[in-house]
Amino acid sequence: MQKPVDNRAWFLVAPVFLLVAFNALLPLMTVVNYSVQDTFGNNQFFWNGVQWYAELLNPDSEFGGRFYAALGRSFAYSGVILALEVPIGLMVALSMPKRGAKLAACLVLMALPLLLPWNVVGIIWQLYARDNIGLFGWTVNAIGIPFNYTNNAVASWIVVVLMDVWHWTSLIALLCYAGLKSIPDAYYQAARIDGASRWLVFRRIELPKLQRVLTIGILLRFMDSFMIYTEPFVVTGGGPGNYTTFLSIDLVKIALGQFDLGKAGAMSIVYTLITLSLCWLFYTAITTRDSREIAG
Amino acid sequence: MAQIKLENLAHSYFVNPQHPWQWALKPMNMTWKQGGAYALLGPSGCGKTTLLNVISGLVTPSHGKILFDGRDVSRVPTEARNIAQVFQFPVVYDTMTVAENLAFPLQNSGVSKDMVDFRVREVAHMLGLEPIIGRRARGLTADLKQKVSLGRGLVRSDVGAVLFDEPLTVIDPHLKWQLRAQIRRVHAETDVTMIYVTHDQTEALTFADHVVVMYQGEVVQVGTPQELFDKPAHTFVGYFIGSPGMNVLPAEVDGNRARVGSHVLELSAGVNGTAGTGRYEIGIRPEHLKVARDGKGWPAAVRRVDDIGRIKIVHCDLEGMSVSAIAGEDDEIPSDHVVLVPESNRIHLYCNSCRVE
Repeated sequence: MQKPVDNRAWFLVAPVFLLVAFNALLPLMTVVNYSVQDTFGNNQFFWNGVQWYAELLNPDSEFGGRFYAALGRSFAYSGVILALEVPIGLMVALSMPKRGAKLAACLVLMALPLLLPWNVVGIIWQLYARDNIGLFGWTVNAIGIPFNYTNNAVASWIVVVLMDVWHWTSLIALLCYAGLKSIPDAYYQAARIDGASRWLVFRRIELPKLQRVLTIGILLRFMDSFMIYTEPFVVTGGGPGNYTTFLSIDLVKIALGQFDLGKAGAMSIVYTLITLSLCWLFYTAITTRDSREIAG
Repeated sequence: MAQIKLENLAHSYFVNPQHPWQWALKPMNMTWKQGGAYALLGPSGCGKTTLLNVISGLVTPSHGKILFDGRDVSRVPTEARNIAQVFQFPVVYDTMTVAENLAFPLQNSGVSKDMVDFRVREVAHMLGLEPIIGRRARGLTADLKQKVSLGRGLVRSDVGAVLFDEPLTVIDPHLKWQLRAQIRRVHAETDVTMIYVTHDQTEALTFADHVVVMYQGEVVQVGTPQELFDKPAHTFVGYFIGSPGMNVLPAEVDGNRARVGSHVLELSAGVNGTAGTGRYEIGIRPEHLKVARDGKGWPAAVRRVDDIGRIKIVHCDLEGMSVSAIAGEDDEIPSDHVVLVPESNRIHLYCNSCRVE
């Protein structure tokens, strides 16, 4: 079929282009705009070139040091979250009942935390972990371990990590459960015939078959925890000191606390680029694996 | 290497079966000879796979015993039975190479490394897997995966029997023949008992020395392909083996004379139809009905003629019963009426679906 060519058709794309421009490109450009300027108030701005970026990426400057510290905390937080949620989620999925009313009960209970809004989870744990009125904090203190997340770095990390594990482990578990359900019985039967142990069944059948859902689960949990803001903001506000000041919390402190729009702009752009490049890494990892599979 | 014997074996998924339909396998006695090539043939849902799983130990039978070389293994777990099973959909360990897949059952039973290497090479050679021995199993085609799956069964030198559960279902048609021939060759080389489940009669008849036909949880006949064709012991066997299947016509019997519609047939002398009581039927294969223009026989109306190349299948209406007959490719078939002439020594009498000798 001969396709007619008419460049006026581009106008048909215009609404989408305008929409994207209005809600994505222009706001982003505003941030870019701030990131290359400085101001001394009175709404007067001066061209500052890439000075903010230079300062941000220089670990010896005060701003840069602060940025790298927050970035490190964010990576550490995501790392701890993944190291806990993935194995626990897997174990939960493996030990879930296979059918019947018990399964239904499990699914409902596990879906519940996923439905709670972030700030509600934050408030729940803010209260639950208090040493005076919170059941968790009070109990830990009662058995003789001093626990106060408002003045102790380790305690504050325990609370924000536990909170996320409580909130999101079921996501991994449900994903893995769905993955496990899709493994045909014949694999388990073949493993029995081959005399494979329970560990080998997990290592050689279940884990390889779960690879795909696990990748998605890890991607989701990594991105979410790397960008986490609401819960630590509600529970610790970034403290004690700066111990739970993750990148997003620090960004808001700079932008809205100190009103350093230029610094905040530069930090936003770098933050976005880090997130984008990590997404790209995951994406290429998944797609190259899939195409390798097809090519054999 | 083992002879497999089933003693009053039966299985029901119900705790206390009352009705015939609640039995997945009705009580049966059977012996599978060591080194035999058996096909287990039957329609979907007839209990073939259950029987196979009972033999391999994936299902524990609710009644009766199963003996390997006289040893009762009814309660012995799968891994201790030395049975290999190839499933309908190829089962390979994705992340392992072909060689690792083949070595897996041996490693699990603690065989020494030299022996493992030796057996893996031997089996790979036998199945023609040598060129791909280092490849990851994940990317292989379905037929190669099935070979790997078969190889995992054969690699154990003490394997008692290899069970195939419709192994060619997902294989491309042009590879089916190759793979089946290869399985036959492996059977000849190893002398291991093979039981091959299928619902495809061509597959069963080309693979097996003995065909076991199952119907509704029962073994209705065991025999060579020729026996199944010449003397179907059950109307189902007659119907299921052969293309088109045997004509089964309701009949009234008196001594060795049978009345089909308005026609009376002389049955072979030995038959005494009045011995049993129940529903009588006459079976005659389309191959044994001659199609004539006129003369003595059963006048029938022609409904349709299928010319399938070497033969013509004539579908007729005989006093309200549908009957098919086979004619040669050059025979002229009248378009309205024919006379069907049965070969009198090829007529079978069935009482309650079972053949009367």
